[in-house]
Amino acid sequence: MTAQLDGRPPLSGGGQYPDVIEPAELDAGEGLTTEEPIPYDVHAIRADFPILERTTPDGLPLVYLDSANTSQKPRCVVEAIEDHYLSHNANVARAMHLLGAEATAAFESSRAVLAEFVGAASSDEIVFTKNASEALNLCAHTLGASLRPGDEIVVSVMEHHSNIVPWQLLAERTGATLRWFDVTDEGRLDVAGGLAAGLLNERTKIVSIAHVSNVLGTVNPVAEVAAAAHAYGARVVVDASQSVPQMPTDVAALGADLVAFTGHKMVGPTGIGVLWGRYDLLAELPPFLGGGEMIETVRMTGSTFAPPPHRFEAGTPPIAQAVGLAAAARYLSALGMDQVAAHEHLITAYALEGLSTVKGLRVLGPTTATDRGGAIAFTLQNHDGEQIHPHDVSQLLDARGVAVRGGHHCARPLHERFGVQSSTRASSYLYTTTAEIDVLVDALNRTVGFFSRPPRESARRAR
Amino acid sequence: MNVEDMYQEIILDHYRAKHHSGLREPYEAEVHHVNPSCGDEVTLRLHLDGDTVADVSYEGQGCSISQASTSVMSDLVIGRRVSDGLDLHEEFLALMQSQGRTEPDEDRLEDGIAFAGVAKFPARVKCALLGWSAFKDAALRTTAEQDQTEGAA
Repeated sequence: MTAQLDGRPPLSGGGQYPDVIEPAELDAGEGLTTEEPIPYDVHAIRADFPILERTTPDGLPLVYLDSANTSQKPRCVVEAIEDHYLSHNANVARAMHLLGAEATAAFESSRAVLAEFVGAASSDEIVFTKNASEALNLCAHTLGASLRPGDEIVVSVMEHHSNIVPWQLLAERTGATLRWFDVTDEGRLDVAGGLAAGLLNERTKIVSIAHVSNVLGTVNPVAEVAAAAHAYGARVVVDASQSVPQMPTDVAALGADLVAFTGHKMVGPTGIGVLWGRYDLLAELPPFLGGGEMIETVRMTGSTFAPPPHRFEAGTPPIAQAVGLAAAARYLSALGMDQVAAHEHLITAYALEGLSTVKGLRVLGPTTATDRGGAIAFTLQNHDGEQIHPHDVSQLLDARGVAVRGGHHCARPLHERFGVQSSTRASSYLYTTTAEIDVLVDALNRTVGFFSRPPRESARRAR
Repeated sequence: MNVEDMYQEIILDHYRAKHHSGLREPYEAEVHHVNPSCGDEVTLRLHLDGDTVADVSYEGQGCSISQASTSVMSDLVIGRRVSDGLDLHEEFLALMQSQGRTEPDEDRLEDGIAFAGVAKFPARVKCALLGWSAFKDAALRTTAEQDQTEGAA
């Protein structure tokens, strides 16, 4: 299994770089696995994640349900990073020595692995950033460089702040207008409503939408939105931070021009994100950050810039992180992303069913597992119908060893849309068991009980 | 670290029946404070009678810790001189930053000593301080305005 390569010769102008290493050139075992997926054994998989064996100070097993926030890391990812630092560390693309060559080869082959993982046509389409937020900011700065007053940028109300704020800043810089798709009360992207209201039109220059909501879990019909946007000549950006870890990704099938995702949610390290872009589009875009590595020639009177992807990678890149992320992509491919998605679906359905038995619990977003990712946000009431604040919920769950997130999950506008200030979010991943969901449901019932205790006589200094 | 250490009955009582809540007139300063990590927020008004805190009124959305702490704070500072209220803020802040190592002064902090357990949960210290920080901000604004008025007179 190798990515479709377009046979483009190495680009000129980046002479100091080694030729890009394509998947086909990798040694056997270095690229993504070609073997048939093994049967999915969640307990065997958990053995790859030493942190999941941890207990709380009270001796309770840890139940990690915060994977939409960041995933845990298998041993092989940590070991790949360790091996890089202990045996191959040097700067890339500029060190003319043995270690420099090894580090460069490792970095560029990691790019090839990621290209194959998301179905990119070539490694040149993979830009390494520091996280998904930087990737989205890169999109806003480069795609947005030509925006004028009157132009329109379209996002949705369910976006993470990192897919709202860069576009707000762009609108402020250029005088363009920011508009957004609403969601239905069931938490689905209201594509029909948006299109009927003329949200997309000849003024639309950029559309940027999440593939999977980090709060509602909704899987959005990005290909449909992309087709509608392209009909008006707009560029389409997809924030795939929640989808790439959970389901097979084919960037061509998404229909987008640019796709951003992050390493740490897909069992990879923190400090690295990825921007995939259609090569011809990347080649048109101006640089983002300036510095070393991204240039062709620098004179005091002006500079010329390297071709993509290096044009967008100013300064020393996240080298060890790229090596770790490639190890993560190999790990996921060895499990089989189809199987990861199937497991996620099973756990999500099981969790939605379990949560429906908790009195006073209201799920934000779809209540069935259809077209739904593993993040489940909810509000919780006590027996008197009063909201129990998510911080109090997560504190009580934490005391039972259950790690969830409480707050607005960097999606305040979405919470406002649903008329709540914040929510509690449980998010599963490839290592989550149904037994852990049972612990969550039990801990939630206990939490409702704790905050439903009858009040004592009034507090001391009541006046 | 027992979670019961933090959720003292006194805290839950204040959370269930917040003292002095609601926004009232008159007031000399109104501030709005937000905990950006969770979105908890409080709008707080301060009414002075000379240099005495005549009223603290507030409206907010937040967890039991932030809501109860604001309730206890209003109990404590109403009727005191502003400077004494600010001293109490300092004492409460010190308690919150103690990581549970200092013995709180019940004569001074009254129901506020119930928050000593919160200091052992670093993620929640900000919650306990939200209302207090709003009070301090409002107090400093009113005194700054008074100084300006006096300076101009």
